[in-house]
Amino acid sequence: MSAHVLNARRLLCPLPVIRTQDKVKTLQTGDVLTVECTDPGVMQDIPAWCRINGHKVLETRAVDGEYVIVLEVG
Amino acid sequence: MSQQRKAVALISGGLDSMLASKAIMEQGIHVEGINFFTGFCVEGHTHAIRKQDADKVKRNNSLWVAEQLGIKLHIIDIIEEYKQVLLNPKHGYGANLNPCLDCKIFMVNKAKQWMQENGFDFIITGEVVGQRPMSQRKQTMPIVAAESGADDLLVRPLSAQNLPATLPEREGWISRDKLFGFSGRSRKPQMTLAKEYGFTDYAQPAGGCCFLTDEAYSLKLVDLWKARGERDYDLDDVMLLKVGRHIRPKPHFKVIIAREDGEARFMSGYKKEFMSMNCASHRGPLALIDGTPSEDDLLQAAQITARYGQGREAEQVEVTIRDRDGAERNVFVKPLLADEIPQEWFV
Repeated sequence: MSAHVLNARRLLCPLPVIRTQDKVKTLQTGDVLTVECTDPGVMQDIPAWCRINGHKVLETRAVDGEYVIVLEVG
Repeated sequence: MSQQRKAVALISGGLDSMLASKAIMEQGIHVEGINFFTGFCVEGHTHAIRKQDADKVKRNNSLWVAEQLGIKLHIIDIIEEYKQVLLNPKHGYGANLNPCLDCKIFMVNKAKQWMQENGFDFIITGEVVGQRPMSQRKQTMPIVAAESGADDLLVRPLSAQNLPATLPEREGWISRDKLFGFSGRSRKPQMTLAKEYGFTDYAQPAGGCCFLTDEAYSLKLVDLWKARGERDYDLDDVMLLKVGRHIRPKPHFKVIIAREDGEARFMSGYKKEFMSMNCASHRGPLALIDGTPSEDDLLQAAQITARYGQGREAEQVEVTIRDRDGAERNVFVKPLLADEIPQEWFV
């Protein structure tokens, strides 16, 4: 298992989802990916994308206009 | 045991593709969704940017539809490839810069490639004969099938009984009798079917999911091409045309003025790509300057920017002008009066 960070700041949905999807394709099951965004839409969209594609959301947080989602690749 | 057949569905996030997918899933076919992002999709972006839309649920409808259906969704970035569709549409444009027929052909072709690469058997769309004036007419639906290369692997479950039988129907993978014969612009058959399937929540038909169908947006894009002397764009152009007031006092520069805090926040991400300015002595909007303004032009841009701040009635407003590298300087200007900004400056 390894940890990865994806910078998806300044992108508007669905681009953060697309970048997350593309990054996850390169990872292994059990890897953890932290996605850093500025579009509040990701708080809905990335968890939805995870649910339908079998990945697990470990954490979501919003701090000072930034939105961070931590997921585990399923 | 018969082979498990698989279909890829073009999921827009609207009701029709949701129903079309469900109709095929009901016949025991494994369905996965595909959604193409051109950059011009209305979905999400402006809702995320503009404060006035803050109360709207910030969901992506294609993801939401996939979740309701219980299928996987693959979102594909086609921004670069889509340029050729928009810039050179073989079948021309609709009322604005919407190349609907070429767009549909392109997307079905991309879906066919995806189908072949991923071992799927056929393609589903939510198209209905006569539903839309350009891409969903009786005459154009065969064109989509033929020019996309999908031919008889393209199934339109909602209108299938109005169209020639496709390969999946002829081969018995799906039953034509369990497909539908919807046609025309009425939404009643779809709403009845949605009720039958137990779908109580779905995106309302909004007369287009693409900014290119919007007259104001199309005019801004044409203005951009004219100012640059070439018909080209990148994603930042596409995004910035969706926000702010666009005011072009001279052919070689344009002022983009944030209309509210949400837009200002979004536009502040472009301070390294554009010169920017905002009022220093009063509350006022962020403005980005696109083009090659002279020093006098910048003063004029500052007067325009001041016009949209709380100092609009003041004799003098201090405006901070910021270069792309972050260097700042302040100037003092008299805000333009409303009638000093001619209507033709507004893009």
